[in-house]
Amino acid sequence: MTFIKTKVGRRSFIKSSAVAGGGMMIGFSWLAGCKTEPMIEEEILQMPAEWFNINGFLKIGDNGVVTIMSPNPEIGQNIKTSMPMLVAEELDIDWKKVVVEQAPLNTDLYKRQLAGGSQSIRQGWKSLRMAGATARRVLCEAAAKAWEVPVEEITTDAGMLFHKATEKSAHYGEFASAAAEIEIPEEVELKSVKDFKIIGNSKRNVDGKKIVTGQPLFGLDTQREGMLHAMIQHPPAFGMKLKSVDDSAAKSMPGIKDVFTINTYPDAEKKQWCDVDAFSDLVVVVGNSTWEVMQAKEVLKVEWEATSGFENSASHTEKMAAFAGKAKEARKDGNPEAAFKNAAEIIERSYTAPFLAHNCMEPMNFFADVKDGKAELVGPVQTPEFMEKSVSTRLGIPLENIDIQMTRMGGGFGRRLYGHFLVEAALISQKVGAPIKLTYTREDDMTFGTYRPAYHATYRAALDENKNLIAFHIKAGGIPESPLFANRFPAGAVDNYLAESWSLESNISTGAWRAPRSNFIAGAEQAFLDEVAEKMGKDPIQFRLDLLEKAKNNPVGEKNDYDAARYAGVLKLVRDKSNWGKADAGLNRGVSAYFCHNSYVANVLDLKVENGKPIVDKVYCAVDCGIVVNPDAAKNMMEGGTVDGIGHALFSGLTFKDGVPEQSNFDKYRLIRHSEAPKEIEVHFVKSEIDPTGLGEPPFPPIIGAVANALYKATGKRVYDQPFVKEGALLG
Amino acid sequence: MATFNLKINGKNQEVEADPNTPMLWVLRDTLGLVGTKYGCGIAACGACTIHVDGIAMRSCQMPVSKVKDQSITTIEGLSENGNHPVQKAWMEHDVPQCGYCQAGQIMSAASLLNDNSNPSDADIDAAMNGNICRCGTYTRIKAAIKTAAKG
Ligand code: FES
Ligand code: FES
Repeated sequence: MTFIKTKVGRRSFIKSSAVAGGGMMIGFSWLAGCKTEPMIEEEILQMPAEWFNINGFLKIGDNGVVTIMSPNPEIGQNIKTSMPMLVAEELDIDWKKVVVEQAPLNTDLYKRQLAGGSQSIRQGWKSLRMAGATARRVLCEAAAKAWEVPVEEITTDAGMLFHKATEKSAHYGEFASAAAEIEIPEEVELKSVKDFKIIGNSKRNVDGKKIVTGQPLFGLDTQREGMLHAMIQHPPAFGMKLKSVDDSAAKSMPGIKDVFTINTYPDAEKKQWCDVDAFSDLVVVVGNSTWEVMQAKEVLKVEWEATSGFENSASHTEKMAAFAGKAKEARKDGNPEAAFKNAAEIIERSYTAPFLAHNCMEPMNFFADVKDGKAELVGPVQTPEFMEKSVSTRLGIPLENIDIQMTRMGGGFGRRLYGHFLVEAALISQKVGAPIKLTYTREDDMTFGTYRPAYHATYRAALDENKNLIAFHIKAGGIPESPLFANRFPAGAVDNYLAESWSLESNISTGAWRAPRSNFIAGAEQAFLDEVAEKMGKDPIQFRLDLLEKAKNNPVGEKNDYDAARYAGVLKLVRDKSNWGKADAGLNRGVSAYFCHNSYVANVLDLKVENGKPIVDKVYCAVDCGIVVNPDAAKNMMEGGTVDGIGHALFSGLTFKDGVPEQSNFDKYRLIRHSEAPKEIEVHFVKSEIDPTGLGEPPFPPIIGAVANALYKATGKRVYDQPFVKEGALLG
Repeated sequence: MATFNLKINGKNQEVEADPNTPMLWVLRDTLGLVGTKYGCGIAACGACTIHVDGIAMRSCQMPVSKVKDQSITTIEGLSENGNHPVQKAWMEHDVPQCGYCQAGQIMSAASLLNDNSNPSDADIDAAMNGNICRCGTYTRIKAAIKTAAKG
């Protein structure tokens, strides 16, 4: 048993009444459902007459129904289901009696309300279970008092309280009112892993039915009485700003209310990390409907002027290769210079990857209603707490008068960490004095991005005359940041090791993009290791396992940023599940493994090339993310990340010509489609009692290496530059 | 502006709109049927898929003036209570991640199954290739379509 000091403050004693008129009927199966049960039972959950707030994370109805607040923004990582599962586990409630609600923004209570870094489950693991456990404890105390028995003798099960000796029992709702009056305890007991009933059992997406029936859930679905529609026009190229605008034609278009300009970030010093000022002088069109605003935008006559030089992708690879000479040392073990000098053979390879747009399916948007010194903002953002500050700073409205409401998001992938669109929406609403919804067209979204940087890495390996690996060198950089993680594998496994880093400034706005930096460096490293293993005459899995064995037993250096045993664990699991080395006849298999965002993933991928096109037959994934909270949802994340990784490795890229993004919609920007997805994905989790870690990002990086290595098997040619499938060209 | 009499989800609706307005925006902005999603506006992503006389169409490229007396079905009208076989299969397979593309995916899948009650993998790929899912739920979608075909 774990004892933890509770940090949950004294709760409020507010009782909130349920819907007037004595309750509302809702089908529970679309609020919470379990995969193993028959489909869509028409059982109806009666809403309570009265709710009792227990501790801010949950309220209990007089009939035993429980509302659990989901604290974090939902971007498709399914935490709106899995985080409440943690609360429900310790509360010891029947999941069928649970209703999930999106929590308001209140970081005093909920702490980290942010979607990023695959950290929601990891960082919520203790606090959410504590919220459930403290609530269970006060229910037990309330029952003990009423039944006049010692609290230690009270047991619970699935929302029921029991006292065995006196054969008393009651559901939670019967003591909710009394429990709400009891002080939250200082110490709570958390369950041990073997006692989990909800954690580890698949629960369906709590928004599932709303999604498949098209209910309003997303920011873009926001509608309000008197709401106007707004769009922005930003400069066409990075390195340009607004010079002048002739809005006469636009203003006279039907349905148009106003055309004006705003400046989102006049003071660069007041910017936070999540503010983006690549384009801060914007032309705004406001009107009655999205379509009318779109039409008016077309007839704007805007003059732009250059502020700095323009980027060109055509020269990026050359520029990066040239700049790599200016790299700075990030880690050195042993004497790599001497080892390379004495090597019998040196293998050197360079890898590149282009800028990528996030391309969330729901384009950037936000609702804002700014009036009477207050701002209400509703929509999709991964960093509501930070953006509250940005809006406050820019509009001069105190923080307590800003209310940001989180909606379900049509994808995040890091794009919605950068919420400049909240500042834009707030300024627009303030200016027109009405509630507005700002919508980015797909073109706006793709050409005003916070892109994944362009990267370049050169790897070198030194072999002695017996084909032993004696030195390893990586020099990695990018525009505008380096993808290097100097202390990651194979650091720690090679005696002579050198890691160097460089970066090249740019006026293109970039930012975190699903598994930042790992999303490139994993694929490069894992493709290079494959080539090294081949030169050494070793099986690529055994080669990695040998290195990990060394890193475990006899590590080089101290700051190695991985657990060699867990790393080896996923490799062994994927080897066994894929029958590696045994059933490979006729298959073109690639292997890869990576550790990032606290989770370990290994892949084996089988593909063939037909008519110059890759067909991925099967992918095996082995994952170690500690305890798996919601297995089927975790599997879904693994499958999705795998498909996403394969798609970006093969097809995607954003290129620039004179500062202008050359792709602005899905006709030119290639995303993976149905027919290109793997035919089968198998996911295997390492059984573990280690605290859980996230899965939003970890599936993405390694699969790129597996694709590269399998392509080599299929075609006999190594691929170094992403995307591997070039427009108009065939593989093989 | 002109007045159009539309048949949407079995109901007659009168709307005022510019004749060129795509059905997508008539549905979303004028009628408040926001289940149909905007993703690209150029018929390249499938998020806006609706049924026009039972056939899957991209509503972002369909001017309201072209609809005439054809009957429109949106995700909200696909079934009474989410019990269309495709919707049930989607829930059984717990397909969605972010969920944004799924209304379009479901409308394309339902139209496919109307024409072809037992689609092969190649049939599914052909019918669904216009529907992008950035979250990568393609394998689950295929499994769900097969379940819906059986049930
Ligand atoms: S919005 Fe119509 S196909 Fe993309
Ligand atoms: S579920 Fe997110 S785009 Fe398909």
